[in-house]
Amino acid sequence: MPVNPELVGRVFPPTSPYLVGREKVREFARAVFAEDRQHFDPEAARARGFADVVAPPTFAIVVQEQTLAQLLGEQDSGIVLEHVLHAEQRFRYSRPIVAGDELTATLTVSGIRALGGNTMVTSDAEVRDAAGEHVVTTTSVLVVGGGDS
Amino acid sequence: MIPAVGDVVAERTVHLTRESLVRYAGASGDFNAIHYRDDIAQAVGLPGVLAHGMLTMGVAVSTLDPWLGSSGVVTEYGVRFTRPVVVDPESGADVTVVAKAAEVDAEARTARIDLTVTHNGTTVLGKAQVRVRFE
Repeated sequence: MPVNPELVGRVFPPTSPYLVGREKVREFARAVFAEDRQHFDPEAARARGFADVVAPPTFAIVVQEQTLAQLLGEQDSGIVLEHVLHAEQRFRYSRPIVAGDELTATLTVSGIRALGGNTMVTSDAEVRDAAGEHVVTTTSVLVVGGGDS
Repeated sequence: MIPAVGDVVAERTVHLTRESLVRYAGASGDFNAIHYRDDIAQAVGLPGVLAHGMLTMGVAVSTLDPWLGSSGVVTEYGVRFTRPVVVDPESGADVTVVAKAAEVDAEARTARIDLTVTHNGTTVLGKAQVRVRFE
């Protein structure tokens, strides 16, 4: 089944709130070899004016992941995980993510176009905090193979 | 801390091992088996177990941490995943990051930093650009 072109413009319901934990931020920072103290030490983060430890910039992918699950779970999407490659990724921040944030993501499929025998699917996840303020918008481009083989 | 256009503001080489991939899988929740199982990587036609593209992307931007110091923040960051990083079970893989100032607005205290990210002499991320702002 090819990717359903009618996905373009589809807006998904907000994901359930993701509570950013201090140990999760530390674990993620270690995993990406981010060594600055603001990722580990709440005092260092507070000295910079943040409420708690600061997540590295790509941490937002953890929240975006929930929206990918929504997209793949859509019955009519025509997208099968085994045929998906990550082609591009972008983050646009209003502010850094910090421990204690409760984040909700709303996914919109913004573009679908054919490329050779594959399909490029662009989607945006708008991530907001518990107060409804914008934190980051993540944009991902997936290449979905034709699945002929 | 505002650089001049062309300045190399940060650089480093990070040695990735299979343990790094397992650690990133756990931290990120991306448990795609091509990042830790040779048999599955081979079955889908890959040259070997690959680093997560998002791990390479994360390693690349964190290179800026010491330079950003206590007053700089990342406001935008985007990459294209152009080449895979194959991580050998014994020798691992080195990823080298060089961060260079491409645009500078001294008045707004913002800059665009371009990252050159290579593995075995080959560029693995395309159009890797970071926008930063200093307080």
